Amino acid sequence: MKNDRYSIFSLLRETLRGQTGWKPVWRDAAPQASYDVVIVGGGGHGLATAYYLARRYGIRRVAVVEKGWIGNGNIGRNTTIIRSNYLLSGNVPFYECSMKLWEGLEQDINYNAMVSQRGVLNLFHNDAQRNAYIRRGNAMRLHGVDAQILDVEAVRRRLPFLNYDAARFPIRGGLLQKRGGTVRHDAVAWGYARAADRLGVDIIQNCEATGIRMREGRVVGVETSRGFIGAGRVGLSCAGNSSRVAAMAGLRLPIESHVLQAFVSEGLKPFIDCVVTFGAGHFYISQSDKGGLVFGGDIDGYNSYAQRGNMPVIEDVCEGGMALMPRIGRVRLLRHWAGLMDMTMDGSPIIDRTPVDNLYLNAGWCYGGFKATPASGLCFAHLIARDEPHPVAKAFRLDRFGRGAVIDEKGMGAQPNLH
Amino acid sequence: MRLNCPCCGPRGVEEFTYRGDATVRRPAPDAAASDWVDYVYLRDNPAGWHRELWYHAAGCHAWLVVTRDTRTHEIADVARAVDIARQDRENAGS
Repeated sequence: MKNDRYSIFSLLRETLRGQTGWKPVWRDAAPQASYDVVIVGGGGHGLATAYYLARRYGIRRVAVVEKGWIGNGNIGRNTTIIRSNYLLSGNVPFYECSMKLWEGLEQDINYNAMVSQRGVLNLFHNDAQRNAYIRRGNAMRLHGVDAQILDVEAVRRRLPFLNYDAARFPIRGGLLQKRGGTVRHDAVAWGYARAADRLGVDIIQNCEATGIRMREGRVVGVETSRGFIGAGRVGLSCAGNSSRVAAMAGLRLPIESHVLQAFVSEGLKPFIDCVVTFGAGHFYISQSDKGGLVFGGDIDGYNSYAQRGNMPVIEDVCEGGMALMPRIGRVRLLRHWAGLMDMTMDGSPIIDRTPVDNLYLNAGWCYGGFKATPASGLCFAHLIARDEPHPVAKAFRLDRFGRGAVIDEKGMGAQPNLH
Repeated sequence: MRLNCPCCGPRGVEEFTYRGDATVRRPAPDAAASDWVDYVYLRDNPAGWHRELWYHAAGCHAWLVVTRDTRTHEIADVARAVDIARQDRENAGS
């Protein structure tokens, strides 16, 4: 709260002082006996939830309990892409809300998250795919989201090195969302953690939730590896492990945990100026500000909590890359990692109350959780503070599966590994 | 990851298609709607041993029940689904 705002003046002051005055970005808090709200899971969504609870809903006695350390989960394991190019009306307003929050995030939390609206370009390779993308683009524009169809010449001007005339998958054009782009993922975790901490939120690391204590159908607190923490309300925000944590409250979820791999190459001079996705296979790529190519593809496709994948998917991703841009064939891989995805039965997330009073669930982000971070935090904070869904997240109900109101962007049915 | 197919021997996982939890059982046609919702949508999703269905699409076309640790990808057992189903029927009959 004190004079620790980042600005040109703090930068100059520290330059003159030899950078000796910087403080830790958040306190290493020890758990208190009780809080108004305890958030289980210190990932991007949990931290954002705590921040918006304190900032927008005036609830300051908030703790975030995290089993590891801040930034170790999926907030540090994704491919940093933000976009709101969705088709279904249950999804578009939510992801557009997120995009608008990204656009003002750095001023809001006073932290440089390197939000870069460099554009997201989804390529199409045949007439049917063009029609599908035109439909998607129209759906986006009807919701007030920017979208434009580029013909092949416009794509070629922007990315002259793609494999345009491949015999099987010639490039016919693409759907461009100019406001899409990338964000420095770790900075999102650190920035939200710092901003929440400044508002008095306790961020408690190395504190694993081991049980959810209930009395008469109502949650009263969380058992943790650092003792019991009483809570008026508890929010579960631990995608990847949602089923395990929800099971502590006796809930079974429409979720399977799957593993998704991601990759980064050695640093290269800048040559890809937007996010590009291959339409004939599952492959997406961008170039980080350090020059590394950041890319990924499909989930491995089987239940896993291992945070590591297998070779066939690596091969599949690289084949997609080679089919799209053969010039990356001699680039060396620098790092490769994996994270756990809450894959739901319809491919869409859940932000809802649970059958247990005062217990709230934020789960099922499949492999699209990063771009949702700000809106997920805002909507979950709204739900916890007001006990009613935020208008843009009102379709993300836990009971939608039983009601037949699924939000199935891909139309794949109840098979998590196909979403 | 390799699966030791009872018909074909050890094969790379890329030959197989995954179909999820092998322990869920289809309810009777006239069962309550909530039983059907459970069957179609809800899963235990354990971190640990998991019995799951794999189809040997690029091999013998057998459906297999694999017992695998989801934390380590260690595989304890691979059996033909048809044998498991027969066993289930015999257990139900006896």
